[in-house]
Amino acid sequence: MSYQWNWSVFTQESVVGDGATYADWMLAGLKMTVTVSLSAWLLALVLGSVIGVLRTVPSKGLQRVAATWVEVLRNIPLLVQLFVWYFIVPELLPTAWGNAIKQLPPDVQQMGAAIICLGLFTSARVSEQVRAGIQSLPIGQTRAALALGLSLPQAYRLVLLPMAFRLIVPPLTSEFLNIFKNSAVCSTIGLLELAAQGRQLVDYTAQPYESFIAVTLMYLLINVIVMTLMGWLERRVKVPGYMGQ
Amino acid sequence: MAYEFDWSSIPGSLPFLLDGLWVSLEITLVALAVGMVWGTVLALMRLSPVAPLRWFATGYINLFRAVPLVMVLLWFFLLIPQLLSSVFNLAPGTDVRLTSAMVGFALFESAYYAEIIRAGIQSVPKGQLSAATALGLSRGQAMRLVILPQAMRNMVPLLLTQAIVLFQDTSLVYISALADFFGSAYKVGDRDGRLVEMLIFAGAVYFVLCFALSRLVQALQKPKAQH
Repeated sequence: MSYQWNWSVFTQESVVGDGATYADWMLAGLKMTVTVSLSAWLLALVLGSVIGVLRTVPSKGLQRVAATWVEVLRNIPLLVQLFVWYFIVPELLPTAWGNAIKQLPPDVQQMGAAIICLGLFTSARVSEQVRAGIQSLPIGQTRAALALGLSLPQAYRLVLLPMAFRLIVPPLTSEFLNIFKNSAVCSTIGLLELAAQGRQLVDYTAQPYESFIAVTLMYLLINVIVMTLMGWLERRVKVPGYMGQ
Repeated sequence: MAYEFDWSSIPGSLPFLLDGLWVSLEITLVALAVGMVWGTVLALMRLSPVAPLRWFATGYINLFRAVPLVMVLLWFFLLIPQLLSSVFNLAPGTDVRLTSAMVGFALFESAYYAEIIRAGIQSVPKGQLSAATALGLSRGQAMRLVILPQAMRNMVPLLLTQAIVLFQDTSLVYISALADFFGSAYKVGDRDGRLVEMLIFAGAVYFVLCFALSRLVQALQKPKAQH
């Protein structure tokens, strides 16, 4: 192979003349990935918990609404959903709103579509974990709470959900990691996150191997940090007497 | 809503869309087949008492599970085409996008399948392996004849669910402009200016296919649970 390795390309100033080095570009991509992923995760946790609870309440109507939400979001590919949010939703909204969205700066439109799409997509998966967590609790918990005079929302808030969330920290960890990985898909609408910056680096530095190895290492770093943090959380909230070792 | 829907581009473009759907299915099936074989090998390596095999398998699985699929596909689209051309003896300038997509998906999915298969193997009671070796079977024979068949029964729903996820993920070959189902729908929509209708159509088709397949997987699980 006659490829010339040149790792110092990262400390070079970019030819675009914006005064930033190529390493700065990569760090900007990392920052965008982390921002989008964390915001989407927040949205996913809130929505996913609500939908997960709705799937376990006594009302059949609410259960069906929640089940439909989950099935629709799980059976359509993420890329298709992203394009729907970015290209289609501005068209289908009332004209005034659609125009207002289209006049926002492009990176704001991209971030908005990315966060909403990732948040909703992941909320379906989080809701399944929350539902599994709630359903793994003995039915006696709900009955005892109601017998003590708590209303159903109070039973969920004070008795069921605190336990359920402690039990589902491991599957939530893999969903959290998945959000970081799925954020790479948002590069297709032009969002300048880590994978997109990787492609930019390949184009501008003509050193594809270094660029991709560096970007891959960044993703591995994110993986290690998330797993360490969630492992710490899991040990802190572990419930004695359950299987989690 | 001021948008006027015009679905007229769909009937004429159906042959093109069906070609795209066939490409999606091709990639899915190849990745599935290779993923099962290489995934089983990886799972067995991961559980092997030989340390270097275990390290290689663990490293491979953790690497491919930590990196986005988009990065793996980009690796194979941008960096490997020349390597693939020489390995498969293709004429220079051949469109290697489909081959590199298949290779990328196969290697990526193998890591996920390896974890599912490993969990399936580890769910078989230890007594089975002890009884098999007590009866004189070698470790390899015990795996092949006793452990793996039982592990398969537990794993099949998870493997099928992962296959459905794989089918959805093939839409990501969009980044190389390879015409899978989603890419074809996008190209037709772009050409005719009817992107909204084509994207809704593509989403609806994916939904119907994946929903039907996941219901099928659930139906398959029920009789087994009654044993």
